[in-house]
Amino acid sequence: MDVAKNKYSIIVPTYNERLNIALIVYLIFKHLRDVDFEIIVVDDGSPDGTQEVVKQLQNLYGEDRILLRPRAKKLGLGTAYIHGLKHASGNFVVIMDADLSHHPKYLPNFIKKQLETGASIVTGTRYVTGGGVHGWNLMRKLTSRGANVLAQTLLWPGVSDLTGSFRLYKKSVLEDVISCCVSKGYVFQMEMIVRASRKGYHIEEVPITFVDRVFGSSKLGGSEIVEYLKGLVYLMITT
Amino acid sequence: MKHVLKLFSLLVVISALWIGLLQASIIPRTHTWLLPIYFIVSLGCYGLLMVGVGLMRFPTCPQEALLLQKDIAEAKDFLKKKGVDVGSD
Repeated sequence: MDVAKNKYSIIVPTYNERLNIALIVYLIFKHLRDVDFEIIVVDDGSPDGTQEVVKQLQNLYGEDRILLRPRAKKLGLGTAYIHGLKHASGNFVVIMDADLSHHPKYLPNFIKKQLETGASIVTGTRYVTGGGVHGWNLMRKLTSRGANVLAQTLLWPGVSDLTGSFRLYKKSVLEDVISCCVSKGYVFQMEMIVRASRKGYHIEEVPITFVDRVFGSSKLGGSEIVEYLKGLVYLMITT
Repeated sequence: MKHVLKLFSLLVVISALWIGLLQASIIPRTHTWLLPIYFIVSLGCYGLLMVGVGLMRFPTCPQEALLLQKDIAEAKDFLKKKGVDVGSD
């Protein structure tokens, strides 16, 4: 593939990320110096002024590099990606979180891996050497590991990190996969990668580090576990 | 083929082997009857082992938190100078 002609559309869904979005944009520009890219901010009507900050960033970096494509209210991650996709002019799409748990410094690694292997999807994994997590207590690590072993045993997904949402897709592949995914939340991320795997797309992994910035917030209560198990069963039956 | 069907066919193959063993009497019958239980228990133990090993080897990156703080400071510094509002949220 002609390197000079690749363009990367980075979709960042935001909700109340007034500070983080500015930091992320700065870091993306810092780490992708010689790359043709655009950042698509899909903001779901944040009340904290996120969109104002994005407009300031547009003044600084250019409206052709930062696209603000907001929505009226919180409408969910899957639809945020679909919305972002409609405005993406690149042939590659990166999805990442806005809260700085995904560090833009790994973007060159994603790009390099894709160019080296010609993969359709490059997904970030926290669970291999070179990757890692910070900010998780023992309980959190235990549930994460248990969930992962269960998913590996039941689904044979072909990737080590199923719930990760730091990924690079060929645009056509993302469009194909996203059209058949119906789940919500992190099960959505699992569904995307499992469906892609079942369809035979070439998937590669790069290690990433994940700094959980929401210290002390218990994202894993009983209902989350039930949702997860339901998600696994759903994926077993439908993929 | 849906994944659950793949797992199901695997189960069917293993069951067929087990029934075959029952009929062929290569292993004493009493042992053969217990094989499914051995299998399930081994699977459970393997799963627990994988969880335990994974937990011990869980990659952590405390230095990344520090690096991130540095990056945040650098970003705030730059953006403030350029007129972007980086007041705390």
